Amino acid sequence: MDYSAIDPALLLATLMISATPILLAAIGELVVEKAGVLNLGVEGMMITGAICGFAIAVESGNPFLGLIAAALAGAALSLVFAFLTQILLSNQVATGLALTLFGLGLSSLIGKPYAGIKPPASPRLDIPLLSDIPVLGPILFRHDPMVYVSLALVAAVWFFLKYTRAGLILRAVGENHDAAHALGYKVVRIRFLAIMFGGACAGLGGAYLSLIRVPQWTEGMTAGAGWIALALVVFASWRPWRVLLGAYLFGGITVLQLNLQAAGLAIPVEYLSMSPYIVTILVLVYISARKGRGNLDAPASLGRTFHATH
Amino acid sequence: MLVLEKRKVPSRFWARATPLLAVILTMLAGGALFALLGKDPVEAVRTIFWDPLFSEFAFYYRSQILVKAWPLILIAVGLSLGFRAGIWNIGAEGQYIMGAILGGAVGLAFYPAEGWYIFPLMILAGALGGLLWAMVPAILRTKFGTNEILVSLMLVYVAENILSSVSFGILKNPQGFGFPGSRNLNDYAASANMDLIEGTGLHWGGAAALLAVMLAWGLLTRHILGYRIRLSGEAPRAARFGGVDPDRLVLICLGVSGALAGLAGLFEVTGPAGQLSPDFNVGYGFTAIIVAFLGRLHPLGILLAGLLLGLTEVGGGIAQQNLGLPSASIKAFQGMLLFFLLAMDVFTDYRLRFRREEAI
Repeated sequence: MDYSAIDPALLLATLMISATPILLAAIGELVVEKAGVLNLGVEGMMITGAICGFAIAVESGNPFLGLIAAALAGAALSLVFAFLTQILLSNQVATGLALTLFGLGLSSLIGKPYAGIKPPASPRLDIPLLSDIPVLGPILFRHDPMVYVSLALVAAVWFFLKYTRAGLILRAVGENHDAAHALGYKVVRIRFLAIMFGGACAGLGGAYLSLIRVPQWTEGMTAGAGWIALALVVFASWRPWRVLLGAYLFGGITVLQLNLQAAGLAIPVEYLSMSPYIVTILVLVYISARKGRGNLDAPASLGRTFHATH
Repeated sequence: MLVLEKRKVPSRFWARATPLLAVILTMLAGGALFALLGKDPVEAVRTIFWDPLFSEFAFYYRSQILVKAWPLILIAVGLSLGFRAGIWNIGAEGQYIMGAILGGAVGLAFYPAEGWYIFPLMILAGALGGLLWAMVPAILRTKFGTNEILVSLMLVYVAENILSSVSFGILKNPQGFGFPGSRNLNDYAASANMDLIEGTGLHWGGAAALLAVMLAWGLLTRHILGYRIRLSGEAPRAARFGGVDPDRLVLICLGVSGALAGLAGLFEVTGPAGQLSPDFNVGYGFTAIIVAFLGRLHPLGILLAGLLLGLTEVGGGIAQQNLGLPSASIKAFQGMLLFFLLAMDVFTDYRLRFRREEAI
């Protein structure tokens, strides 16, 4: 066993990278849930984004185009969910599950020819001056652009929800869709936009996984990341900065267990591999136990079908 | 303007017609998908839906359809009880794995003894394994209000890791030349889950599935518990005022679905799969969710839906061999089926009406 191989600075730097996919997916889902919609299809949208982004990046040789394509693919898939739940008033839980199952199938269908290929390398963004700071430089300022994009996105969502009129309307729709409708807000339209934003974020998170973090395409590679993103939103009590905290905590556990595997800790690999999922469960239990029954922080209309009668 | 008007009572006609319509629409959309992949759509759809039943080798395929259908039906019957009551167990795959592990371990513990009591003990252990695994989300939900959807799903990944661990570790076949995986339970006479009637595909899992369908049907139509389950799903407030204990319902629904999924896992590992290996599970726990919805959460519907999905599983296999379609395309196909079903469902609860824009 050799713990000296674990370099704390490197650990913290990879923590940010390993947290980014779930951070992107979770911040998108947060907006969706704030609008009162529970989309359990995050995993399906993520993996579809992962393969679409990968395929476009390989075909075009441009990872940036791949990321754009992934966001579009995620949004397109979420549109199916939006149409079913908002126009055809289907059950959100069932439809979200269908989205995940469909996305998993579709992605391995598209991904068949892409197994074992290396994607084009994504450029790293070394922020000048800052990246030269000892210790902090390599941890914080030597990442690919998407890491900073994800951080900016958290800030933007926080600002949008807290300080803009549109954000207030979105929250109103999520808290009480009947009242929002009575005030003349277009509940269905707002929810469509929120769902598509969530889909785009999930797609982006998936592509980050296949293009930058791994980088490779393997079937079912998201391995529950979408579900963990859903859990993160609950953990964060629907607050953007807590999503960031949760994602980084989770990223830390993932990186730590991978490092321990590499260092040859006397614990079998399987037990280390299952630790992120167990930690997620424990965190969910802690959060729900602390709040008691009935989640007071959840948007009041979350998951409920909206049907305007007049 | 087209508007949806809520029906006072859900339409019985549409409730039965939607699954059929969804299947037809899936065939059309699936055909389009295969055309996009550069395959002949008519041939692909025929291979998946027709060949397993009526082609040259149909005598073999027909029994295979049943073999695939039993675990789907067994799991889906359990899931449907919870789904009716708004209790979402989506981790059946994990319960399936744990049932197979615990049941298989009991059998392996007796190896090479012979005795009539071994297989029944394994069945008990299989049900217990699934039950215990499902009790985790159930107890967490009743004690702490933790979301059972997320917990049951996370436990699938935990179960997969445990499966991998035991296949490489304590349950590994000592005479397996170092390959991962347990002894072959199907070769061990005391634990073999054979066809009850040779060559029909009706093994003990099939008997259990049929029994589960009948019991669930009786439960839902004749027993107070079935009434409470239905009431909790359709009118939760009324159920609470009517004295239904929601915690007990969560424990029962998750427990039953877990035990049935565990049973399905045990019958699979002692029969068609043969041994515990890191990849013996093929996603029945997830496909069963589609079966439950396609069967309208009704036991008899689930029986039919399970057979249909079993058919697509076999057909997908044939299409993979003969047409070079990727194995995953059948999963996309099944996902599409659920989409269309949920989409068409709107006509069960709502009526489409033309309404002139009213002057205000």
